[in-house]
Amino acid sequence: MRHAEILHRCFRCGYCKLPSRFQDLNCPPYLKFRFESYAPGGRMWLLRAWLEGEIETSPRLSEILFSCAACGSCVEHCVFPAFKADLLDTFIAGREELVERGAVPGAVGRYLRAVHSFGNPYGLPEQDRAKWAEGLDVERYSDQEYLLYVGCPGSYDERGQRMARALAGLLLRWGVDFGILGEEERCDGNEVRALGEAGLFEQLARENIERLEAAGVRKIVTLSPHGFHAIKNEYPRFGGSFETYHYPQLLASLVAKRELPRGNRPLRVAFHDPCYLGRHNRDYRTPRAVLAALPGLELLEMDRTMADALCCGGGGGNFFTDVLGGGAESPARVRVREAAACGAEVLAVACPKCARMFDDAIEAEALGEELRVMDIAEIVQERCA
Amino acid sequence: MEDTYQALVKIVGASYVSRDPEERFLYARDPGTMEPREPDFVVMPGSTEEVRQIVLLANERRIPVVPMGGGLVLSGLTRPLKGGMVLDMKRMNRILEVNETARSAIVEAGASQGMLQAYLRKHHPGLKHSIPDAPPIATIAGNVLIYGSGHLSAAGGFHSDMLNGMEVVLPTGEVAKIGSCAASPYWFSRAPLPDLAGLFIGWHGTTGIATKLAIKLYPDRPLNDVGIFVVEDPELVPGVIHRLSGVAVAEDIVAFMANAPEWLRGFLLVNVSYGAETREELRLKRDLLRESVRTYIDEKVGGFMPLPPAMKQRFLEAPQTTLALFADAREGGGFEYVGAIMPIELFAEAYRKGLEIAERHGIPCSAGARIIGLGHCMMFFYGYAFNRADPSDVALAQQALEDTNAAVLGIGGIPWKAEAPAQKQIIAKMDPNTFSLMKRLREALDPRGIMNPGNWEAER
Repeated sequence: MRHAEILHRCFRCGYCKLPSRFQDLNCPPYLKFRFESYAPGGRMWLLRAWLEGEIETSPRLSEILFSCAACGSCVEHCVFPAFKADLLDTFIAGREELVERGAVPGAVGRYLRAVHSFGNPYGLPEQDRAKWAEGLDVERYSDQEYLLYVGCPGSYDERGQRMARALAGLLLRWGVDFGILGEEERCDGNEVRALGEAGLFEQLARENIERLEAAGVRKIVTLSPHGFHAIKNEYPRFGGSFETYHYPQLLASLVAKRELPRGNRPLRVAFHDPCYLGRHNRDYRTPRAVLAALPGLELLEMDRTMADALCCGGGGGNFFTDVLGGGAESPARVRVREAAACGAEVLAVACPKCARMFDDAIEAEALGEELRVMDIAEIVQERCA
Repeated sequence: MEDTYQALVKIVGASYVSRDPEERFLYARDPGTMEPREPDFVVMPGSTEEVRQIVLLANERRIPVVPMGGGLVLSGLTRPLKGGMVLDMKRMNRILEVNETARSAIVEAGASQGMLQAYLRKHHPGLKHSIPDAPPIATIAGNVLIYGSGHLSAAGGFHSDMLNGMEVVLPTGEVAKIGSCAASPYWFSRAPLPDLAGLFIGWHGTTGIATKLAIKLYPDRPLNDVGIFVVEDPELVPGVIHRLSGVAVAEDIVAFMANAPEWLRGFLLVNVSYGAETREELRLKRDLLRESVRTYIDEKVGGFMPLPPAMKQRFLEAPQTTLALFADAREGGGFEYVGAIMPIELFAEAYRKGLEIAERHGIPCSAGARIIGLGHCMMFFYGYAFNRADPSDVALAQQALEDTNAAVLGIGGIPWKAEAPAQKQIIAKMDPNTFSLMKRLREALDPRGIMNPGNWEAER
């Protein structure tokens, strides 16, 4: 297994469970399950025990390893500089071993099969990929400046579709030269990689690269930070090199060039850093710059923010497999309580998975009267209407 | 077993009981070198009432119960030596009350050091608690109950001295209040009632399960500084500590051996931290500390190190992350931390013993002492790094641990949070009447012998 040589170096000191000011548990599976086995240190020790034959492959071990949301909080807060950078990849390597042995939770198996067979985890037809854009004058990509890469939740999930429409509407309105792949788009593979199906990820990445290159794509703007991460940081391993942006990064330059309408009612907004834009790509500033540019908007910060942000629990495949879902201690429910506690009316997101996770959590927490989820494009659209 | 499992599920819910090999593997060990001992169940209670019901069940079925906080003692105290169940208390982690005027906090037993620190910084920025250099996920209760010490121990003594009161589930299932809270709505002190806290501190979970506790808080001064006094001769350290602590301005005094940089190796550093409300007060405290050790400076056998601001900040960091980092000294994820409580005059001897043992076993050693009160005693610590992946290295650290405990007892100190073998070494040296009293108290409290059995038991 990759990184097997570092497993014994984890002391299980537990810094990885916490944010930098230690105020609460920040590892999504540990927060939810509370057994030491679900904490990063527990996973390290269990992986070592498993490789050395001290424990056997089991559904419980599989659940423990697949509960990781790949949020990177452990990498951020581990105090051991010699190996902290490899922590998350170690857990992914452990999942790869389980995939290899066919010992994955049922939901993970179904996810991987759907992506393999349909090119998306929903198992829906490719022809439906562009349905979100119906009624908008969005063109198919043919040498425009940008390709808008919508991704699977943006294409098929109702909440993601609304985000995609808001973003596309803004880009059209502001005259951005862009197109979409529509039916030709496929899963970016980021979650496939995080779930340990390295072979399928490579296949997806290579096919996508080929498709993108054949279409002459040079600049990509993604709806999802997960897709952004995969295309920007993983595709180069397979020869794919594109100028890649997550959509707030494009909006920031567009907003900066415009005189934005004043006179909107005040709005208190807290931004939730998506893990794949924040911790994984170190961009905490751009989404805040977009929001701060909007007249009348008061930008608040939650108790845990930027590198300390608590993941919504939807990363690492959990958005689909739901190992972390349910219960008052599920990360999304804890996070919306935190957003409400800071006085925000709007929990701003920049990821279709976060949007869906938090919508559901607000409903479960009965916080709908005081808090709603909006993605940055939706906020900009509303404030500029 | 199935019956017991179902009964536990009924008490805490299926999500918070495990008998799976994964949890049994992890809760069988801590990051130290003690041999693993598997529990039959791991249970995570969410309330005092759940703890009470678990204890009643355990009593009825004579199942050993081992309470666990952070699980970071490194001496295997939360290993279930005779099987049974480990109670992971960390779900009970609420901060229940902070009294600004009386400078106290009431917390549940699973509340972590880091969580209280963050809570106070946010909601009560003028207050702080004495945080140990354990990782911040360590629990307040666990540390108080083992006579922990920390960044305010020069000012307030052991963390057990900072305990105002407790709620405890007794081994027979009654919930008892300890301290003023037994007769008052306020948790202000252990006085003036008979001090029953002593029935639970230092007993390693063999007499009951703490579920809530009240601790003292201290002013968090806006200005803080640290001075480091350097000497080469360990014989001088007790005198230096005596003088520095006698000024009574320090919040924390820690003497430790320098491992780096290379030019400083072999020197002993005495780190004194203090706080103040104004710059004048800070300067005055600094001057008082300097004057207290003037004789060493004049004789050129010691002096304060110049410290750049960044380094000062690092020394003022609480907890100190560098302690955990020592675990990677052998690139092997482990170190044994041997604490020993003793008078400060034993510093030089304790220091030499540690170096000798480390040299004999060829293992990296870190040694030092945190001063308790105005030099009233010290928590001497030895750290021996080991490589977890190398059984012979683990055995060396184990041997160093055992040798250190023997050496400590030999010079008049007492091992702290002693692991089961060290407890036997202590008992062998203990006044027999004292041990007999311990046994009688324990039998009275825990007639079924369910609480962390295997600890504080004499060699058969």
